[in-house]
Amino acid sequence: MTGFEIIINNLPVLTVVIPLIAGFLTTITGWIDRRLCWYWVMLTMFVVVLITSSNLLTVINSGTIYYHLGGWMPPFGIEYVIDLLNGFVCLIIAFIGLMVAIYSKESVKKELPGKTIPFYSIFLLLITGLMGMTITGDIFNFYVFLEISSLTAYALIAMGDRGDGLVASFNYLIMGTVAASFILLGIGYLYAVTGTLNMADMQNILPDIYGSKVVLAALAFFMAGFSIKIGLFPLHAWLPDAYTHAPSTASALIAGLMTKVGAYAMIRFMFSVFTPAFVIDMTRTAEILTWAAALAIIMGSVFAIAQSDIKRMLAYSSISQIGYILLGVGLVNVIGMQGGLLHILNHAFMKCALFLVAGAIFYRTGIRNIYQFQGLGKKMPVTTLVFLIAALSMIGVPGTVGFTSKWYLALGSIEAGQWIFVLVILASSLLNVAYFWRIFDNIWFGNPHEKEHIKRDEAPLTMLVPMVILAFLCIFFGFFAYYPLHYILEPLSNTLLGIMP
Amino acid sequence: MVTETIELITPVLAVLVSLVASVLILASDKYPNIREGWTFLAAFTKFGLVMSMLPLILDGKIITYTIVEMLPNLPIAFKVDAFGMLFAIVASFLWIIVSSYSVGYMRSLKEHAQTRYYFCFAIALSSALGIAFSANLITLFLFYELLTISTYPLVAHIETPAAISAGRKYLTYLMIAGVSLLFGTLVVYHYTGTTEFAFGGIAGLELLPKTMLTILFVVFMIGCAKAAFMPLHAWLPAAMIAPTPVSALLHAVAVVKAGVFTAVRIILYVFGVDLMQASNLWLYMAYFVSITIILASVYAMRQNNLKKRLAYSTVSQLSYVVLGALLITPHGITGGMLHIPYHAFMKITLFMCAGALIVTANKENISEMNGIARQMPITMLAFTVGALGMIGMPPVGGYITKWFLLLGAAELDNMILIAVLLVSAVLNAAYFFPVIYVAFFKKPDHELEYKEAPLTMLVPIVITALISILIGVWPDAPGMFLDIVNIAVANVTGGV
Repeated sequence: MTGFEIIINNLPVLTVVIPLIAGFLTTITGWIDRRLCWYWVMLTMFVVVLITSSNLLTVINSGTIYYHLGGWMPPFGIEYVIDLLNGFVCLIIAFIGLMVAIYSKESVKKELPGKTIPFYSIFLLLITGLMGMTITGDIFNFYVFLEISSLTAYALIAMGDRGDGLVASFNYLIMGTVAASFILLGIGYLYAVTGTLNMADMQNILPDIYGSKVVLAALAFFMAGFSIKIGLFPLHAWLPDAYTHAPSTASALIAGLMTKVGAYAMIRFMFSVFTPAFVIDMTRTAEILTWAAALAIIMGSVFAIAQSDIKRMLAYSSISQIGYILLGVGLVNVIGMQGGLLHILNHAFMKCALFLVAGAIFYRTGIRNIYQFQGLGKKMPVTTLVFLIAALSMIGVPGTVGFTSKWYLALGSIEAGQWIFVLVILASSLLNVAYFWRIFDNIWFGNPHEKEHIKRDEAPLTMLVPMVILAFLCIFFGFFAYYPLHYILEPLSNTLLGIMP
Repeated sequence: MVTETIELITPVLAVLVSLVASVLILASDKYPNIREGWTFLAAFTKFGLVMSMLPLILDGKIITYTIVEMLPNLPIAFKVDAFGMLFAIVASFLWIIVSSYSVGYMRSLKEHAQTRYYFCFAIALSSALGIAFSANLITLFLFYELLTISTYPLVAHIETPAAISAGRKYLTYLMIAGVSLLFGTLVVYHYTGTTEFAFGGIAGLELLPKTMLTILFVVFMIGCAKAAFMPLHAWLPAAMIAPTPVSALLHAVAVVKAGVFTAVRIILYVFGVDLMQASNLWLYMAYFVSITIILASVYAMRQNNLKKRLAYSTVSQLSYVVLGALLITPHGITGGMLHIPYHAFMKITLFMCAGALIVTANKENISEMNGIARQMPITMLAFTVGALGMIGMPPVGGYITKWFLLLGAAELDNMILIAVLLVSAVLNAAYFFPVIYVAFFKKPDHELEYKEAPLTMLVPIVITALISILIGVWPDAPGMFLDIVNIAVANVTGGV
């Protein structure tokens, strides 16, 4: 085999290995020259984007990829399985990771002086953890990566606002550890009754023992654990503090990705460890999930209205948006599922863009209070334009990504006969208008007297580029949602729900 | 009736012109003359593009263009038919008029943030044309929302707390309307698998249970809050805080007409004549809008602020259009549709006169206007023309639409609706004659000298006043509004 073939054959594992090794090498790069770190991380993330895109294309063209670590056959060895679901999520992780990496240059220099090297090292390890959680087909391996991603996230948050960051990180640590323990217990229970750690294998064995109390307990542990991890209302208490006090770059990364991967894991466990029949009919988990999601959608938005710190407001908005994803999944029909899964992509674009904007504004002005945003429209026209596009997208204005996922979710709700969820989705659009419009008013219509001496002072180019790209994608996929839907999400939803198209 | 369809990109260009212009306007922030140049260039190009499609429409053809298939079976597409053409001509022609008027008004008052003003104005016009040319509910919804968003900065233009709070009110009403429209669209799509407008209504809706159909209709009508039916009208008088050209074009023409246009589209092209008749929904809704027609006129009488009085008059007149469509007889529909351009020309004249009074005499309240006609005779003459049209006196256009509406109501033998139309005409007279009386016959408090508004404002006023008369004395001129409306009516009633 030529070297090229070796690389091609091992692409699945490289998704995890490259950021892992690069993460450690960051220390060396930083030791040579601190400024090299940024280029190094960019390069790594760029390579990861290429690998994940190639993986996803392979899956679309020739079906699921099975990769056996060290050549050990499952169920004995660790297996990486890339299907449409995690191929899709991996690409999102890589892409958002790249955007945030580009953005980080100036922001890290200013907000984390002297911590550049550890920041970038941890950054890559977080990506490793998230990639691993997503790509693995082994339930214990999943837990290992879950811990990697959690620990790195605690570290990143702790680097934030002096004092508050530490407290937020500690809160998150406690809650996250409780969640991880729940998940570990669930894994232990399932291992005890099935004797296997391979997801596919487990899915085959489990149906015979679905009546068992142990299996039910395992399901309960998983759902509780993941609900904490993704900040599902009312288990969200750790989330606003963590997002608010983390460094700007870390907020964007964590808000854009952590909860999405948690949601992915929940979907994976519901439909690929257990079976649709079990979670839909036998335990009605899906139905309970929809109601919890609906509550999260409304309550997250209501809390968001009450916030004056922009990052905190965005954090509450995330709580609401994660509800959309779970609502779609819980509806368990093809249309709703597509809406939920599409929202993973859409929300990553929108929320990442919004957090980047918040970071850019903080970088230039040091302001996070939205009532002090007067005149920003003149000072930072591009940044505020990105904000406008992303916020309109959150509201769900047609022609933006937010609309397409809402459209599918609402249609899915009608299909399921749950008219109340249609009303919830529409009401939440209005609530979104309420909390974003305050900011528009302050940015563009603030007190005219204070605006007279404002000079144009835009964020640096490395910050603008990723924001503009994300804003562009918010609009692009608003009109061309057809591509992800047709090639990925529709077949995927059919597979997950066990429907042969 | 078979209609020929042609694929042409012209409607897309007509919509895009002002979007492109909006960017150029923003770029020429520092050079007001160039900036206004873009506005005029775009306005004339837009009108030219719209008119270039008119011969095809008069030929009974339909122009379609699909931009992108956003989601499966959910295209963003344009379809130009006679009814859409009607609205497009009105909006694009009046943009030229109001652009000239805006320049005079904004410069005379030395308003701030003029770039933002022209920028938003251009986007609003794109949205209005987008609504006119929409081929389906989803495209219409897209532009409906865009219109709301782009007009918000115009309403809140002066940025005082009062303006911001009026803007919030505006936004609240129209966003709720938008969401409601989306809800209706979702339901239609769920049951029929399409949202495309059809001349006889969307096939498949007649299979819905009666309660469902009624709820759907109510949801859609809430969605048309831009048409300012009572009790969803409160945003319109509040929005009068905007600069007068905005009130003139947007709140007398583009935005509210977009509302009634949408309502008529939904009544005739989504539900369809047959379904409206079979479900009896037309009758209930006709009574409902009759309340608005009468009540808004009563409210108008009580306003001392001229712009507010005109706003309530608009609320009342808009419901004429909807009432016409609800009469579902060819005459009734003709009256309703025809009222869109007719009311537009007359009301814009009135609003521009009100703006001229603000700029030249600094007077907003009717009680302060004693003998103002001695100072501004041309303006007040134009005002009188507009007012006579509203009341329905020949030779100004208004009497024609009232005639058709009355014919429609008479064909249905519905005494109540006939009474409503007659009473409303009396009420119109009751709130317009006092203004004319005060302006012409009351003695001014102190000696007034002749001083008219600047020419950029006066010329547009005279033009629209003359057109208001022209469409009254020669309504059936070839290619004029009546011709277009006749084709549209033939389309929806199956040529009967």
